[in-house]
Amino acid sequence: MINGLTLGAIYGLIAIGYTMVYGIIGMINFAHGEVYMIGAFISVITFTILGPFGFASPVLAIVVVLMVALVFTSVYGWTVERIAYRPLRGSFRLAPLISAIGVSIFLQNYVHMLQGAKMKPVQPVVRGGFVLAEEGGFVVQITYLQIGIIAATLVLMAGFTLLIHRTSLGRSQRACEQDRKMAALLGVNVDRTISLTFVMGAALAAVAGLIFTLYYGAVDFFIGFLAGLKAFTAAVLGGIGSLPGAMLGGVLIGLIEAFWSAHFPIAYKDVAVFGILVIVLIFRPTGLLGRPDIEKV
Amino acid sequence: MDGTKAANALKEAGLAALVALLLAVPLIGFRLTEGLQGLGIETRFDWVAWGVGVVFFGRFGLALTRGSRGDLLGHLPAMPKFPTGTGRTVAGLLLLLAIAMPLLPVADRYMVEIAITVLIYVMLGWGLNIVVGLAGLLDLGYVAFYAVGAYTYALLAINFDMSFWLCLPIAGLFAALFGIILGFPVLRLRGDYLAIVTLGFGEMIRIVLLNWKEFSGGPNGISSIPRPDFFGFPFAREGEPGQTTFHQLFGLEFSPMHRIIFLYYLILVLALLTNWFTLRMRRLPVGRAWEALREDEIACRALGINPTNVKLSAFALGAMFGGFAGAFFATRQGFISPESFSFIESAVILAIVVLGGMGSQMGVVIAAAFLILVPELLRDFSQYRMVLFGMAMVLIMLWRPQGLVAHRAPSARLEAGA
Repeated sequence: MINGLTLGAIYGLIAIGYTMVYGIIGMINFAHGEVYMIGAFISVITFTILGPFGFASPVLAIVVVLMVALVFTSVYGWTVERIAYRPLRGSFRLAPLISAIGVSIFLQNYVHMLQGAKMKPVQPVVRGGFVLAEEGGFVVQITYLQIGIIAATLVLMAGFTLLIHRTSLGRSQRACEQDRKMAALLGVNVDRTISLTFVMGAALAAVAGLIFTLYYGAVDFFIGFLAGLKAFTAAVLGGIGSLPGAMLGGVLIGLIEAFWSAHFPIAYKDVAVFGILVIVLIFRPTGLLGRPDIEKV
Repeated sequence: MDGTKAANALKEAGLAALVALLLAVPLIGFRLTEGLQGLGIETRFDWVAWGVGVVFFGRFGLALTRGSRGDLLGHLPAMPKFPTGTGRTVAGLLLLLAIAMPLLPVADRYMVEIAITVLIYVMLGWGLNIVVGLAGLLDLGYVAFYAVGAYTYALLAINFDMSFWLCLPIAGLFAALFGIILGFPVLRLRGDYLAIVTLGFGEMIRIVLLNWKEFSGGPNGISSIPRPDFFGFPFAREGEPGQTTFHQLFGLEFSPMHRIIFLYYLILVLALLTNWFTLRMRRLPVGRAWEALREDEIACRALGINPTNVKLSAFALGAMFGGFAGAFFATRQGFISPESFSFIESAVILAIVVLGGMGSQMGVVIAAAFLILVPELLRDFSQYRMVLFGMAMVLIMLWRPQGLVAHRAPSARLEAGA
């Protein structure tokens, strides 16, 4: 259950990135999973560099790594948008999608080439936890790390919801989402808003990458592909374009995966997730918290 | 005037270099090494310096000569316009070449084998072209249908001892059935969902094949799949008692090349069948409806076309040809495993269609030849292959979204003033 929640938090964070980008330019950012993978890699690298300095408290170390990962991953997100998507705005519908697949393949193999194909194990940084219940040899335990992850996710969620509903950046984002041309006419800098959306998505992906690094303690260049797919599933499940929906979808997917692993053959857990995606699309194409999609001519 | 231009160029180049520096430092500058005490790190700032330098001077030069980046793409040379009819001539010549190829004295076993591989991809490209190029549906899991075809043939041939010629249509129908099952729920939705669901479906098929050991042999795959025979006459040195082999039938000396050449013609015929079928379909109302849907779905709906059914037909037909190609692949290799049907295969096939120009039959041939032959020639650089591949996909989209040989023009259009 708690494992599922933690996993769900990671998916949810990535899913927010998908949902925001989709909401604003109506495009699936296929490369988002790879951005998350890059975030995880940058976290591992920063941890390794920091290792010899030996920080007094792990919290401080994590904060430093978080900052580094946020900055560098955001630059990746920004660059991807600038190079591969912006020139294609206004092109036909499949063009940015195909370009995104190209970016995804490129980033995956770029990291593969530069960092090698092996798993990169990391020493656990945060240890210990509370014992919730003990029963006949079974110990139900919640670790500090899990508490931290869930708390951090909730805080980020709340922060982003506020950002979108209260600040001027959020207002311009919502304006672009509704009508890009009109927003531009009214003085919203559309290009910058979209760039910032990508940066925010990448930053959240970096947080997810860091959490993954801390939680699973191993990173390789392939983690982005499946995580991206599942996060997208989460975004669709929750209703694409809706932030709380993305989070809810992420948590649901995480829980489903955890339950499936506990009761059914573990090899088929990914199949179960995609099965859910298809079922959701059949019965509720707008997702759990989505609005009906009105197609404009 | 020139001074400001140079200053601007310098500023732009500086910005680009700064971004490149930020990009390069974490991933290029440091490399994780696996040591006994966990991870170590090694630095290679020289690489970073090179990268940043290249970006700086490249951007500076571009800014000086071209102005902003948007112009750069516009300045690239456009493809020359060929007079109408050239395409047909070239196609005819290529076809002649393709028919004569294995009989030429220069053709050795290696060449014919590669030609077979290229033709498989041409066929897959043409099959996917129906879905992506004509109907405008982005299918990222095309390889799933290829896998369905391959496993259908392999299992039928091994368990029920059915011949290739009987299995081929069954494999195609089976793949089409899968296409309908998958397409039915998803095709009612917007195109982007289709992309991600097909991607998930491709992975699903692969995971099931990998784990359902009793059925598909799991990661070991299926080996000793029967080879095709020449309409009942096997390609073997010695036939079973009472059986005539191919070389006895024609009174030839036995040579292992016979089978390869036969396979070559087989895939050539299959591929041409796909092509002919597509060209014919384009003239039928349903083919016209595909293209119309690609151009404007809402208008189609207003005209009374049922988008779901039309899309479903394109999806199922594309899947069917994927199934044919899969059956051929299985019989040619004699061994299949889930390894052969990963997402990368789907991406390669999609890249063939995109590079060639969506909807263009000729473009698919050129792109398939290019994408299969170039890695073959650059075997030493195989490490960079996928990186370049991803980059090429982006660049083609930026430079020529319509592909190298464009064919976006609908097959039917109103005459001016009509």
